[in-house]
Amino acid sequence: MVITERQQKPAVVRPPRIGDTRSYRVFRAVNVFVLLVVVALTLYPFVNIVAQSFSDEQAIRTGRVNLLPQGFNVKTYEIIASDSAFWNSYLNTVVYTVTATAISLVLTTTYAYVLSKHHLKGRGTLVGIAVFTMFFNGGLIPNYVLISELGMKNTLWAVVLPNAISVFNLLVMKAFFEGLPKELEEAATVDGLNTYGVLFRIVLPLSKAVIATMVLFYAVANWNSWFSAFLYFDRSDLFPVTVYLRNMVAGATTAASMGSEQGDVAQVNSNIKAVTMVLTVLPVLAIYPFIQRYFVSGVMLGAVKQ
Amino acid sequence: MITDTKEPATRPAPSTKDRTPKRVRRTWRNAVRRDWQLYSLALLPLLFFLVFRYLPMLGNVIAFRRFVPGGNLFGETWVGLRYVKIFLNDPTFWQVFGNTVVLGALTLLFCFPLPIVLALLLNEVRTRVFKQFVQTVSYLPHFLSLVIVAGMVLQLTSIDGTVNQIIGAFGGEPIAFMQGADWFRTIYVSSEVWQTVGWGTILYLAALTTIDDQLYEAARIDGANRWKQTWHITLPGIRPTMVTLLILNIGTFMAVGFEKVLLLYNPLTYPTADVLSTYLYRVGLVSNNFSYAAAIGLFESVIGLALVLSANAISRRTVGTSLW
Repeated sequence: MVITERQQKPAVVRPPRIGDTRSYRVFRAVNVFVLLVVVALTLYPFVNIVAQSFSDEQAIRTGRVNLLPQGFNVKTYEIIASDSAFWNSYLNTVVYTVTATAISLVLTTTYAYVLSKHHLKGRGTLVGIAVFTMFFNGGLIPNYVLISELGMKNTLWAVVLPNAISVFNLLVMKAFFEGLPKELEEAATVDGLNTYGVLFRIVLPLSKAVIATMVLFYAVANWNSWFSAFLYFDRSDLFPVTVYLRNMVAGATTAASMGSEQGDVAQVNSNIKAVTMVLTVLPVLAIYPFIQRYFVSGVMLGAVKQ
Repeated sequence: MITDTKEPATRPAPSTKDRTPKRVRRTWRNAVRRDWQLYSLALLPLLFFLVFRYLPMLGNVIAFRRFVPGGNLFGETWVGLRYVKIFLNDPTFWQVFGNTVVLGALTLLFCFPLPIVLALLLNEVRTRVFKQFVQTVSYLPHFLSLVIVAGMVLQLTSIDGTVNQIIGAFGGEPIAFMQGADWFRTIYVSSEVWQTVGWGTILYLAALTTIDDQLYEAARIDGANRWKQTWHITLPGIRPTMVTLLILNIGTFMAVGFEKVLLLYNPLTYPTADVLSTYLYRVGLVSNNFSYAAAIGLFESVIGLALVLSANAISRRTVGTSLW
């Protein structure tokens, strides 16, 4: 990547100076405390949900679960793990995410490559077509009407096509391609490669980092998305896990589908919600520490091209 | 977007890829003959923009036409400004319009400055590992699905949730936060801050690293303390970033977190929670008044576009920074 976390650090870290005033040293101590509070406030909801997922429902109902599970049990995990509706929606999420990411990647890469060619006649118009959609969009109703008329309701296409190109991601990739050395492509052209050959044999192999970033951007966005599926799917067997969870949080899913042992529970209890939330967020949390810096460098590549 | 601000400077520079002699007129015929393969790569993406972005924009004509579900995409017969007149005389419309403005203003008021404050605080941290740790943790909420965030918010604010436990610990009576309209704005804005403040620091931290260290040296020699250095060097140094993000924030002002409101609100909180986008969602897709909802949606989009354009124009005149 052009800008990585590692590169920006030396400029920020300044050695301690003798000239630091007493008040500045007090400020720095307060600063550390404030930042620790920020960290605690950020993490608390996660800890709380994990604690609830391992807790006894009665303990949650009486408001005794905070940081640690009360009445530790993994029974709810076992119930959810044996719930076919949950796994079906989980599988749907995987299928939608993989398909949508693949389509998005192809469309974004090809368009960004075209936009990165400054000599191209009509390039300004092509950029404008994309950027205008960032500030003006058709709106909910016309989009819904369009998807219905295209016969896409209750099909995979309703969730993977309408948001296939994110203009922000497009501009990130365009900026990356513009930063590649022109000489390589020229040499390849002289050697007889056509535009497609240059793109696939020269440019893309050099762009693994930005492609990885794009895959992550799109995959996380699709994994987390819920509204398209909520809007365009009527059949519960098509729901991704986010819609499954949304219906549960909204109280629309009855406990009857949670397995016979829970048949006596009238409404979805907090414990089951917590388990479902933990299982939904787990894949993102598991890869987060490894992918975080790609996101950061992607954001900066798109925004600060000095 | 922000990238494009730099383009006018680079565009006139002769492209090394430009192999045609300057004398050849750059007609479309020449351009297509030479670059048809590049243009062909743009076809599928252009089809995407045409079908899924520009067709719906045209589809907004149903705001002025009678629309029958299952009928023509662009409606059946012209009805003029009928639906506009209906919503202008609809008291619920004005209520949700007011809610939208208040919620948008509160979001802007808190979610715009707080990342700047956090970035400045992070900038004063000298222990690299600690700084990295705080950054990693504070970016985390950005990666969560709104469904998860809404679930957490509802859990924390429930009768048996943490917030009420804290109130109870201080001897207060538990509050049913989500069963009345009083608390919705506070809860919405707090959750918005929680989710965006860390991620929002990235661009500021990047901008901070570009400030020349010699400026600080000079200021120290002149006897400026840390606070004066921040005020006179750091803040002016990140001003272009601040202005750019402010314009972008203003652009999304009218579209205040539609999905989040939809996940969080309920009929009891409608008096403060219902915004234009959720109202038109219910009018259009729950009650099937497509044309009426489209008229409201068009109104919202046009105001949004006008806000971005005017914010951009004002900032170009006053501080010389603009998106394009």
